[in-house]
Amino acid sequence: MSTIVVRVKQKQIAQLIAKGKRLDGRGLTDYREIKVEQGIIEKAEGSARVLLGKTEVMVGVKIETGEPFPDTPNEGVLTVNAELVPLASPTFEPGPPDENSIELARVVDRGIRESKAIELDKLCITPGKKVFVIFVDIYVLNHDGNLIDASSLAAMAALLNTKMFNYEIEEGEIKIKPGCTSLPVRRHPVSVTFAKINDRLVVDPWLEEEQVMDARLTITTDDDGNICAVQKGGSGYFTPKQVFEAVQVAKEKAAEIRKKLGW
Amino acid sequence: MSQKTEKLIDKKGLRLDGRKPDELRPIKIEVGVLSNADGSAYIEQGKNKILAAVYGPKELHPKHMALPDRMVLRCRYHMAPFSVQERKSPAPSRREIELSKVIREAIEPAIFVEYYPRTAIDVFVEVLQADGSTRCTSITAASLALADAGVPMRDLVVACSAGKVEDTIVLDLMDAEDKVGSADVPVAYMPNLGVITLLQMDGILTPEEFEKAVNLAIEGCKKIYALQKEALKAKYVSVKEVEE
Repeated sequence: MSTIVVRVKQKQIAQLIAKGKRLDGRGLTDYREIKVEQGIIEKAEGSARVLLGKTEVMVGVKIETGEPFPDTPNEGVLTVNAELVPLASPTFEPGPPDENSIELARVVDRGIRESKAIELDKLCITPGKKVFVIFVDIYVLNHDGNLIDASSLAAMAALLNTKMFNYEIEEGEIKIKPGCTSLPVRRHPVSVTFAKINDRLVVDPWLEEEQVMDARLTITTDDDGNICAVQKGGSGYFTPKQVFEAVQVAKEKAAEIRKKLGW
Repeated sequence: MSQKTEKLIDKKGLRLDGRKPDELRPIKIEVGVLSNADGSAYIEQGKNKILAAVYGPKELHPKHMALPDRMVLRCRYHMAPFSVQERKSPAPSRREIELSKVIREAIEPAIFVEYYPRTAIDVFVEVLQADGSTRCTSITAASLALADAGVPMRDLVVACSAGKVEDTIVLDLMDAEDKVGSADVPVAYMPNLGVITLLQMDGILTPEEFEKAVNLAIEGCKKIYALQKEALKAKYVSVKEVEE
């Protein structure tokens, strides 16, 4: 375990943050370099790879048909799943999804679902019987901190890259027509994650900062600057003031990222 | 069920169950309800009926999971199959796994984990009937069970939700409001320290509405906190009566 090394560095990281600096040279609200590549898996309907510093996440989107949820018979279904693949970190173990990967998937899912990023009502085939099911599979390839933001960006990039075949409905059956269209995506939720270290908040924590942080806060905002998802994590706490300040920073950072990526 | 066509807030500004926007549901709390557990609590908040039990501090199995400088806190949030309208499979769902994690992280800041190295505390929460905001009600009960077990704590953790229903920010969402409303903000709070230990949100809120909702939830937490302390004292008052 790296806990001893981390504790040695903890003091150094905290002292630097008190001065408004970070171990890797960033300012407290600076993101690492973001690189987005789309359409890298030909067999998936949509795909993307995001590099957030050294954190690397790939997302593939597959579309199938299935039954709608009973409470939304006229809407397609969105399913988000995350795999913390063992090759990504010495701390990831093979096996069924643990609480960390479930939380990651559910936080990404919440941002996309609550902002109504995908027009799910356009994905209905036969109301109450058959709809399109969108599978968003998050694949973490290298863990260097802030998996939530990297995964959210990769999921949105993959959805924006997703192509659906054209079709006609004849007596409830799908008839495929030539050509394809983009998935109806209308919103661009962007999550911004903070780590609280020594009572200060830093944006986009990398792995060493995550290992020494007291608590984590993720705020997802939509194109209008409204909040669509929040998640606190870690065994520490936040004051109400810290939360409200984080909301403002999250709004600004998300707008910057959206502008940079042309969303 | 045609709840969707029903208005969630009537012309007088009252909610489905006749509450005002900033009003809590009726709350009943009892501490020390299970004889086998080291600590336990039962809470009813509206139609929510939730039981929490604490076992520990105790030796941790498997042993290699033990930490040399602190205890390990484990938490399981679970819903009974009969707790909701349609039977819920008893196998833990992804939602329950996430909630177990966030509930654990909400109560952990209150506990002096460094007092009991190499041990574990298990917190079990069983939702017997669910009617919205169960994660908050669970936290309120779980921290009482911990106090009942005599675990040293910085403060009781108390939780309450706020949300937006038909353009109004309301306190303590019940199931119908959670499902049809436009946002849900569960908050856990330690009133003595003035800090938030659980914060989630789904739905859409402007930053101003969000701030209003968080502040309203904190006010709700403070009211429940008084009931929590009362319930904890009540246990010992009744013990005294038996002795006499």
